[in-house]
Amino acid sequence: MTWDAIDIGLMLAKIAVLFFIILTLAAYLVLAERRILAWMQDRKGPNRVGPQGMLQPLADLIKMLTKEDLIPAAADRVLFAVAPAMASIPAILTFAIIPLAAPETIFGHRVSMQVTDLDVGILFFLALSAIAVYGVALGGWASNSKYALLGSIRGLSQLISYELSMGLSIVPVVMLAKSLRMSDIVNAQAEMPFIVYQPLAFVIFLVSILAECRRIPFDLPEAEGELVAGFHTEYSGMRFGLFFVGEYINIIGLGALASLFFLGGWRGPLLPPIVWFFVKVTAFSFFFIWVRGTLPRLRYDQLMHLGWKFLTPLALVNILVTGWWLSLR
Amino acid sequence: MESIFFLIVAAVAVLSSILVVTCKNPINSALSLVMTFFCLATLYVTLDAPFMAVTQVMVYAGAIMVLIVFVIMLLNIRVEAVKRGSHAVFAGGAIGLFLLFQTVWFLGRGTLSGATGTMDRAQVVKVGHIELIGKALFTDFLLPFEITSILLLAAIVGAVILAKRKI
Repeated sequence: MTWDAIDIGLMLAKIAVLFFIILTLAAYLVLAERRILAWMQDRKGPNRVGPQGMLQPLADLIKMLTKEDLIPAAADRVLFAVAPAMASIPAILTFAIIPLAAPETIFGHRVSMQVTDLDVGILFFLALSAIAVYGVALGGWASNSKYALLGSIRGLSQLISYELSMGLSIVPVVMLAKSLRMSDIVNAQAEMPFIVYQPLAFVIFLVSILAECRRIPFDLPEAEGELVAGFHTEYSGMRFGLFFVGEYINIIGLGALASLFFLGGWRGPLLPPIVWFFVKVTAFSFFFIWVRGTLPRLRYDQLMHLGWKFLTPLALVNILVTGWWLSLR
Repeated sequence: MESIFFLIVAAVAVLSSILVVTCKNPINSALSLVMTFFCLATLYVTLDAPFMAVTQVMVYAGAIMVLIVFVIMLLNIRVEAVKRGSHAVFAGGAIGLFLLFQTVWFLGRGTLSGATGTMDRAQVVKVGHIELIGKALFTDFLLPFEITSILLLAAIVGAVILAKRKI
């Protein structure tokens, strides 16, 4: 066997393992969210299927798959069918650039724990988050329903607005690491994680990814009090399931990126790298659930004010200050 | 291997760009255009230009087309009535045929020496694609870069003024 064949096989193996990991994590994140929310609200939560409800994700999956797949008569059939995939594919693709652990040497062959270490890593992530808008927009539009359309228009404008502050908040990280490559960014944090130098960028990024995930307090596209279920009102069965799983995969992916950009990724003392990375991503996921259990939903104009008049100018000032500081150093 | 890949991507690009003009529903046209942009991005990747590919997806597919889809959704433009045999179709067809003829003509007469410029694959791998572009933008092409940024700033100010007039 040549090295090329081994490389291709290794790549396929990495993709398969990564798929297994993120789908399992996403399924158990749903369970964790329901249990933690129940705990915060002094309820029990799902605890009947298996010990402590550990088999609940499986039961949910069977329920989703066996439900009737409804397509409204007035819907645009093709777009309606494709939109859930458009929402979840960018979320899954983001994982291609995420290094899970330090590179290992196996049989004299250096294996990076990352599907691909792109030259343009961060830009790849930004491009994916830019096209993730289509799933939300088209899902609502193709349903041909008032609530769904309102939800998707809200979703579109929210995602566009917060993409800006998210992208601008990562610029200082790139300036410090002097590279767009994920492995370089992690290596640049060998001595000190960037959160120490860039606390403001970290906060802006955190708020922006909350909005990008469409989570409470930014869940206006699916505000159940006013819009039934927002852009996925008309969806049922596994198509709804795809939107749902996509959202949770997005939470894990963005949490992983936040820990890569600001907390040093897999770097940490004593414990093996993969454990550190898992701990950091879990901490971010818990934070997301915690915020959901704590904060009320923003009003639409408050959402836009926060994005355009507060976070974006703040991120721009942060870039200027970082540049000034780097030129002095 | 690479030429087969190119042929597939090119076929999809041509097909989707034909769909852009033939689709009756404006949303479908817009999505076909997005598809074309993705194919172009793929071609950029095969040309060792990952930065161009990502920018293509981010700016065209991710920003401009999203705005167009947004406008179509807000204005609720419906399926356009079919028009047949207008002068526009005739003129467009004539121009299209002329362009096709011209392309084939120049392709047949073109002479490719196969010589590479100063920025070959080894150079890109050694220095880095983004580093090369960044250096060129801020040294050799500083004036066009600054002019472009002033143009964009003017466009932003103009958009704000136009929007504010209504409120």
